This record gives sequence, C-alpha cells and structure tokens, in this order.
Amino acid sequence: MSFDKKDDQQASIDTPIDNEKPSAGLSRRSLIKAAGALGGVALGSGAIPGFPMIWAQNIKNIKLRQFGTGVSNLNDIAQKAKEDLGITLELTALDSDAVAQRAVTQPRSYDIADIEYWICKKVFPAGVMQPMDVRRLKNFDKISPLFINGKLADDSSIAQGTAPHTVGFTEGKDSTRFASEPTNWMTLVPTIYNADTLGIRPDLVGRPITHWRDIMDPAFKGKTSILNIPSIGIMDAAMICESMGEIQYGDKGNMTREELDKTIEILKAAKSQGQFRAFWKSFDESVNLMSSGEVVIQSMWSPAVAAVRAKGIECKYQPLAEGYRAWGGGIGMAKHLSGLELDAAYEYIDWYLSGWAGAYLNRQGYYSAAPSTSKEFLSADEWGYWIEGKPAQGDILGTDGRLMEKAGTLRDGGSYWDRMGSVACWNSVMDENKYMIRKWNEFIAS
Amino acid sequence: MRSLAHNPSYLQVTPLALVILLFLLFPVLTILVVSFWDFNAYQLIPDFIFENYQFLLTSDVTLKAYLKTFFYAFTTWAITLGLGFTLAYYLAFYIRSPLLQSVLFVLCTVPFLTSNIIRMISWMPLLGRNGMINSALQQLELIDAPIEWLLYSDFAVVLAFVHLYALFMVVPIFNSMMRIDRNLMEASMDAGASALQTVFQVVVPLCKSGIAIGSIFVVTLVMGDFITVRLMSGGLSASVGVLIHNEISLLQYPAAAAGAIVLLLTVLLMLSILFRFINIKKEL
Repeated sequence: MSFDKKDDQQASIDTPIDNEKPSAGLSRRSLIKAAGALGGVALGSGAIPGFPMIWAQNIKNIKLRQFGTGVSNLNDIAQKAKEDLGITLELTALDSDAVAQRAVTQPRSYDIADIEYWICKKVFPAGVMQPMDVRRLKNFDKISPLFINGKLADDSSIAQGTAPHTVGFTEGKDSTRFASEPTNWMTLVPTIYNADTLGIRPDLVGRPITHWRDIMDPAFKGKTSILNIPSIGIMDAAMICESMGEIQYGDKGNMTREELDKTIEILKAAKSQGQFRAFWKSFDESVNLMSSGEVVIQSMWSPAVAAVRAKGIECKYQPLAEGYRAWGGGIGMAKHLSGLELDAAYEYIDWYLSGWAGAYLNRQGYYSAAPSTSKEFLSADEWGYWIEGKPAQGDILGTDGRLMEKAGTLRDGGSYWDRMGSVACWNSVMDENKYMIRKWNEFIAS
Repeated sequence: MRSLAHNPSYLQVTPLALVILLFLLFPVLTILVVSFWDFNAYQLIPDFIFENYQFLLTSDVTLKAYLKTFFYAFTTWAITLGLGFTLAYYLAFYIRSPLLQSVLFVLCTVPFLTSNIIRMISWMPLLGRNGMINSALQQLELIDAPIEWLLYSDFAVVLAFVHLYALFMVVPIFNSMMRIDRNLMEASMDAGASALQTVFQVVVPLCKSGIAIGSIFVVTLVMGDFITVRLMSGGLSASVGVLIHNEISLLQYPAAAAGAIVLLLTVLLMLSILFRFINIKKEL
C-alpha cells in the first residue's frame, strides 16, 4: 500500500457515503434511490424508535442478500432486523464448503457474506469482498478482544489454527492482505462462535471422562463416533492423537504431511479394531447416535447436546483437560456494495452488534461477539447461566420458548471465560488441504 | 432438404436426439473436460493434467472402494434376482385372476411411494443396538448381548439395497413372464418335464430380456449410490460413490469428475459384457 493510515482515514472522511464510480450500475442505483425517496414520502416521519439514524428513511426499502451456513442464517434475526431497521434480508443457507465456493466464484450473487473465519482466510485474498471501516461501527469497541488481539484476558495464550484475529483486519481499504495487528479495516464483524468438545452419555460411560484420548479407551469399543467432515474431523483426531501422546503437532491447524500420515494411521488402526460404531456427517445423525445409545462418547456440537437432553436423555458436553476446538463466524460485505446499499449494510452489521441478535445466539448456546451489549437483552438469570456459569435460578427457556434446562442446572464447561479461555485450536484450512482429503478418504475406505 | 423429405424419420428422431445431446452428452463431455483440470482449495484451474487420473488409478483407496462396490452390486443383484424372479413367477403363474394380479402388483409398488431416504432410515430403529429386533431377541432370551452387526455394517447396506431396488427386478421380469405363451408351459409339462425343469428350461430363457433389464437397473443404481452406503454403514465403508461425494463436498470437482468418468467407463464395460450375452432389442 502506498498511502499510510492517516491518508486512508482522510480519504474516507472526505467521501463519507458515496464512493461509487459514476458510470457503473447507475441505473440500478438511481432506481433504488427513487424507491428510497418514495418510501420516505410514503412513510412520512418514518424515524425508527431506538435507532435514530440519518439514513433510516432511505434504507427502509433496501434489500440485502445474505448467504451463509445454516447455523447463523436465522429467520428470526432477519425478521427483527426488518422491524428495527426496515432492511429486508434475503437469507440463503448452504453448507460451509458450498459457502466458501460461492463466496469466491459468484461474488455478485450476495451482498452480505456470513462465513467462518477459516473460510475468510481463503475468500478475502481473492478480492471479492471489501473490508469495513470500523469508525462507521458504533459498537466496534464492544467487540470481544478475542477478535481484536486474540486474547480473552491479557494473560491468555493464543490458540493454534486460524485464530479469528489473524484474519480479522486488512492493511488498508483496498488491501486484500491480512494485517498483523488491528487496523481500521475489518474483514468480518464477528457474530457467532463457540468451543466444541466431546459429548458423552454420563449414564452409560461408567467412569469420569477427562481427556480427548478417552474416546480411544478399549472399554468403549464399538461405542464411539467422530464426525466425518474432513476439515473438522481431522482436528478432533489431532486433539485425540496429541492427548494419547502419540504425536506432538507443530500446529494442529496446519499439519505437515508426516503429521497427517501418522494421524490417519492411528485412526485406521482404531477403525480396524472396531473402536468406532459409525461416523456422522449431519447434526441429526449425531443426535440419533447419542440418543439411541449406539454411541456413548463422540464428537458433538453444542446444539446437538441440547437436542439429546430435550428428549429427556442425559448428555453432557464434557470439558476436557487439553481444551476445546473452537470455531467462529462473522459477516462481511461484498466488494460490489456501494451507495445506499453500503449504508444499509453498515447499519445492519452495527445492529447485529447492538445486543438483540447476540442475546438470541446466547440463548441457543453460542457466544455473541459483543457480550456487554447482549447482556442488556438477557435476564440476569440467563446471563448467569449461559455466560457466568452459575446455576440457573429458574427454568432456562430456548429461543422458541421451550424449556431447555431446569432450574438448578449448571452449564457444561462453566463460564464464558472458562470455556473460551481454554481453546486449544481454531477451525482452520490447511496448506496441505488436498493431501488431507485424500488421506481422510483412505481412512473412510479402509 | 430432399433427404429430409424422402426420409422423415430424421425429423422424428430430432427431438430425442436434442434431448440426449443437451441432457446427456453435453454434461458428460463437461465432466470429461473438467476431469483434466487442476484445482486448489477454492478454485478450479482450467488446465490439461493427468494428475487426477494418475492418483485415482494408482491409489489403494480406489481399489478398495471398487472391490467394496462390486461386492455390494453383486450381492444385491443376486438377492434381488432371486426375490424378483420368485415374486414375479408367483404373480404371473399362480394368480389366475387378472384383477387380483393387478392389485398385488400395485401392492408391490406401495412402499415405493415414499422417499427412499425415509425407507432407509426406517430400518434404523429396527436394527439398532437397542432396536426392536435386538430387544425382542433379548426378551425372548435367545441372545445375551445385542447383535452388533445388524446396523452400521455391510449386512445393513445390502439389506437396504435389496429393499430399495427389488421392485426394479420384479417389474421387468413380471412383464416378460406375462408375454410367455401358456401353451409352451403346457407343452413342456406334456413332454414330461418336471416343474423345476420347466422353470429353468422354458421360463428363464424366455425371461432373459426382463432379467437383463432388471439387472441393468439394479447394478447401475448400486454402483452409483452413495447415500445408502453412507447411512447404513454409518460412514464406515466407502463405495466409489461415497468417494466422489466426499470430493464434491470439498469442492475438488476435477478429482470427482475423474472418479465419475472412471466409474462411468466401468459400468459401461459391465453393460457391454451383459449385452454380449443377451440381445435386449431382439427379445423385447
């Protein structure tokens, strides 16, 4: 980059809103403007309570196309955004591989990309997205430091894999290179994240489970499962192998060929001895395996544990000594966004941080990027249960109003700081990705 | 134009030819082209490399997957053939009333009105470790510990395949049997053949086309399947289709395309061997 940060700032202040080239997409924009004006007239004094934005009238009729994984593409959030901001969100849910591909190959098919950080690492350098000016986000300073400098507390160490802060900022407005420290240009504004571990059936395992290696205990022969999504399964496998003391990884998020070979050998040996009952690929498969008693210990996602419990079956999201495998996602803007649509996107993304959406995600067992704002939208008991790891005072209800946890229960793994503070590795994409897939196929076919 | 006027059959085949060109040849050619491309994590790179094939044809994984797939295809074929032939024989020769025949035939197709995924998944509560079969056997004290190989095993995969595809065998065989001149059967009996001899020396040869058509359906369906193998083996086994599906879901389209081309050639080869023995056109 030729210009330094100060110039950059100046440039963006000089052209606060409209930085679109005059020729491109003029007809479309003027249409939108006309529509916006009409909408403004029709609605008269259409100021929205609680969100007195300058552009509020104009962005009312804007439609933004957001696509992402099912986990955070939630209709309730789109509806609330419509109520609060007047922006219509068109959501498309795909699986994470399809999301990554579409983000790169069809950049004009979306306005807002809801992607995970490891996907961002591959997508952003392709130049199909634009970084966001953090000075236009009023809630920027509320974002958890985990996404700014990678440290939950000042003394935390940074986990392996694609830690969000390493791909969280670019060097400048037009840069596609990730900055080594926070800048004013953010690639994704974080929305959702969590720490994953093994799920167990406490009534069936018959002994305390404390380490990732416990899944390889011969006592559980034929009663274990790991997930068959190679990019995530290999990380769980690495946590297991490291815990067994078989392999010491340089970086579990970016393994070498030798590390991959050794890991797959261990998995293959376990498979041929009948250690695994099955491998699962989708959420509901993991729920069925656990609730039917086919497996007693397996890789799991937190809502799946909740789903098993909702059937009245004991299930625990067991914290383990080696720590968690974490993942996180955020929303970013497509390169082609400009003018009113860009303003609307900023409004929407800032709104996402303002608390309601965060609280909604908290109630599903995920974490929100700006904990302090979501606290205002949670009851003291909910905050205590989900975030502080305190026993629930009353019954804890889910987002659909159904009972999730009875009074007196404690969240597995404890508080936000306990869980997110002991992350061993973030979901990532490896340099040896192609090789990894081949080895994984070898394991499944063995 | 003159040739068109003289031979209007060219016009008659045009629609079908266009459909085949557009929906069969064009996609297959695209797959063939893509199978020579290069790729990285998120992009397809137009190129002309043999690496996809080289890896595919030299890898142990491919060999294992093909052996597994052949095993599934052969076992399923043998069982569906036995079942299909017996069912069709019963329907065609034992049921006298045409009405009852039609009713029973429709009855055979009833399970096929639901989605095949549902039919597959419905086996799980039955076969599982704590499923109906195991708990029934345990309550009858016939077994001490649950039988583990009922679910998430090759047994479960073949069972599901047979359940899914038996009808594809029944229908064409039944169709062939209905065209058999009943006088031939009588003649065979009159000439002193036993019932079994009549079946194998009269009925089976006359059903050859039906058997061949049913076999084509069953074998090609099993060879290309991935979802049954994945669900019923609990992801523990990999057929060729599963490998291709894995590659597609990880955006490794060129590798998947190469896998698909090799699978296509394999199936075509199998069919051409089948056609050596049975001339379907002649016997239809």
